[in-house]
Amino acid sequence: MATTTPQHTVEGSGPGAPRPGGSGPARIARRLRIDRRYLPVVGTFVVLALILAIGGVRYDNFLSVGVLANLFINNSFLIVLAVGMTFVILTGGIDLSVGAVLALSAVSAAYLIDAGVPVAVVLPAVVLIGSIIGLLIGLMVHVFEVQPFIATLAGMFFARGLCFVIAPESIPITDETFVAIAGWDTWIAGQWRMTTSVIVALVVIGIAFYLLHFTQFGRTVYAIGGSEQSARLMGLPVARTKVLVYVISGTCAGLGGLLFAMYSRSGYSLTGVAMELDAIAAVVIGGTLLTGGTGFVLGSVLGVLVLGLIQTIITYEGTLSSWWTKIFIGVLLLVFVVLQRVLSLRKT
Amino acid sequence: MPATTGSRTRPAGPTGLRNLTHHTLFWPVVALVALLVANTIFSPDFLSVSILDGHLFGAPIDILRNSAPLLLVSLGMTLVIATRGIDLSVGAVVAIAGALSLSFIATAPDPGAVSTVIIAIAIALGLCLVLGIWNGFLVSVVGIQPIIATLILMTAGRGVAMLITEGQITTVTSAPFKTLGAGFWLGLPAAALIAYGVYLIVALITRRSALGMLVEAVGINPSASRLAGVRARTIVWTVFALSGLFSGLAGLILASNVMAADANNAGLFIELDAILAVVIGGTSLQGGKFSLSGTLVGVLIITTLTLTVTIVGISPLVTPLFKALVVIAVTLLQSPRVRDKLAARARQRAARPEEVAA
Repeated sequence: MATTTPQHTVEGSGPGAPRPGGSGPARIARRLRIDRRYLPVVGTFVVLALILAIGGVRYDNFLSVGVLANLFINNSFLIVLAVGMTFVILTGGIDLSVGAVLALSAVSAAYLIDAGVPVAVVLPAVVLIGSIIGLLIGLMVHVFEVQPFIATLAGMFFARGLCFVIAPESIPITDETFVAIAGWDTWIAGQWRMTTSVIVALVVIGIAFYLLHFTQFGRTVYAIGGSEQSARLMGLPVARTKVLVYVISGTCAGLGGLLFAMYSRSGYSLTGVAMELDAIAAVVIGGTLLTGGTGFVLGSVLGVLVLGLIQTIITYEGTLSSWWTKIFIGVLLLVFVVLQRVLSLRKT
Repeated sequence: MPATTGSRTRPAGPTGLRNLTHHTLFWPVVALVALLVANTIFSPDFLSVSILDGHLFGAPIDILRNSAPLLLVSLGMTLVIATRGIDLSVGAVVAIAGALSLSFIATAPDPGAVSTVIIAIAIALGLCLVLGIWNGFLVSVVGIQPIIATLILMTAGRGVAMLITEGQITTVTSAPFKTLGAGFWLGLPAAALIAYGVYLIVALITRRSALGMLVEAVGINPSASRLAGVRARTIVWTVFALSGLFSGLAGLILASNVMAADANNAGLFIELDAILAVVIGGTSLQGGKFSLSGTLVGVLIITTLTLTVTIVGISPLVTPLFKALVVIAVTLLQSPRVRDKLAARARQRAARPEEVAA
C-alpha cells in the first residue's frame, strides 16, 4: 500500500533519517503509516492481543466477555493509579507514594464510616486526603527542590505510618449506603458487567485523556518532560504544573483507595504494599518513557490490562504458582525496555 | 563519629563554628546525637555496655549488629548512586541470597557441617554477583536507565526467590551458618565485624586510590570522563556488580539471623532504607561526589530510629512515620533554598562582627 514518500510517517525525518534498509518495527511502522510515537503503545496492544490469543487457544471460555469485564472490575483501582502515575512520569518524575496513599485512603474510609460519619462526607474527604499528600509532595519537589524519588519516598513512609496510627487492624465496612454503592452494577448489552468502580475508572481515563491532549496544562506536562529548562524559557507555567501533577497523582491514589475499599469492603493498613511498582510497571509497559516527555494515558491502561491478563492466565493455568506472575512481569518489562531502547537508538 | 574517609570540609571559614555548621554531615550528625540523647533521657542506661558470657551487650552493640545488613546494602548503593545510578533490586537480591543458601543447607546431607555452609555461602554470593553483573550489563552496555534496569530484577527477583524456596518459608538448623548473623567474635557481633570490615576495605580502596575519584568523575559527567580516558562502562558495571555482591552478603546475615528464608519479606523495603541512608548522608541522587562516612551516619540514624521506636514501646508498624519525619527534616535542611536562606542569615551576621564573636 504505502508507495508514497515515507516523510509523513516518520517523525523528525531529517536528512538521511529514514534509512531504506531500516529493519524491524520501524519498517513495519512506516509501511502501516503509524506515527513513531505510537509504536510502543502498538507494541503493548500486540502483546495484549498475543496473550488473549494464547489464552483463547489454551483454555475454553477464556475469550469471553466475562473475562474481559472482570479484568476491568479487578483492576479498576490499578487503572486509576496508573493514570495518575502517567502524569508524574510524563514530567520526568516518579511517585512512589501511591500504594501507601491508597492504603491510607482505604483505611480512613473504613475508619470514618465505622465512626458513623455519613458516606456523602466520607467519599470526598478520603479523596481529598490523597490530594493533600500529593500537594505536600509537589511542594517539596518544587519549592525545596527535593528529588521526586526522595520526596515521594517520604510521602510513602508518612502515609504508611499514618495508616497504622489510624488502625492497625482491618476494619470491615458494613454501612448500607457504602455497600450499595460498591455493589451496584449494570450490564451493557446484557453481557458486559460494569460496577461503580469500573465506571469511575473509565471517567478518570476520560478526564486524564482530555487533560493531557486537549488542554494547555497537558501540553505543559509534555513540555516539562521534554526539557524543563526549555519549558521555563518558553514561559510555560512550570512551577504550577509540576506541583499539579503530584496533586493529580495523589488524588488518583486517594480515589484508588476508595475503589479498593469498595472492592474489598474493608480498610487494612497493609493493602497496596508494592502497588506503586505495579503502577510504574504498567506505565512502562504502556510505552511511557521514564525520562518523561513521551507516552500516553491509554498506553498505561493497556499496560494494566496486560498485567491483569498475565494474572488471569496464571489463574487459568492452575498448576503455575503465583510467583510466576512476578517473573513474567519482570521479563515483559525487560522486553519492553529493551524495545524502547532500540527504538530510541534508531531515532538518534 | 570519626569521619575517617570522604570528609570534604569546605575552605576554612572565618570562624570554626560556621565551618562546622556548613559541613554536609552537620545536620545528619545532629539528628543522630539528638536520637541518642532522647534515648538516654528515656532510659538512662541506654548507652551503657556490659559484658555477659564474654560478649559485649547493650543498646549500642545492638545498633552495631542491627546496622550490619543495611550498612552493606547502603555501601553498594552509595557507589551506584555516585555513578548517577540507582539500584532498586537490592531487596530482591537479599531475598534470593537467603533463599538460595538456606535451601541448599536444608537439602544438604549434613546441614551442620562447616563445609556445607561455606559452599552454600559461596553459591549464594556467586549468584548475587551474577545478578549484580546483569544489572550492570543492562545499564552500561544496553544503556537502559538504572531505575528501570533494576526495577526489572526488583519485580522478578522476589518471584525467583519464591521459585527457589517453592513458596515455603524454609527453616533450617545449622550452627555454623547461625554464627554469621547471631554469633560473636572477639566479644563483638560477627555480623557487625563483617559489615564494618567490608566498609573499611571499600573506604580504603576508594579513598586511598584513584578509584573513588574515577567513580565521582563518571557520576559528574559520563561522557567527559570517558573522553578523558576513564573507563566509564567498566566502572558502572563494577559498582553494580559490587552492589549485588554486598546485598547478597546482607541477605546471608539477615537469613542467618532468623534462620528462615522468607522470600516475600526478607529485605522488604531495604532498598528504600539504603537510598534514604545514602541521601541523609549527603550523597546527591544526581551522582558525583559521594560520602561513605555520610552513608555510615545515615545507616546509624535509621537503625537507631528503628531501635528507639521499639524501646519506647510504640508499635514497630508506626516506624515509617518517624522515618518520614527524619527524611523530611534532613532533606529540607539540605535543600538549596533553605541553605541559601541560612547562608544569607549568616552573611548578615558576619556583617556585624561583634555578634559572631559571641
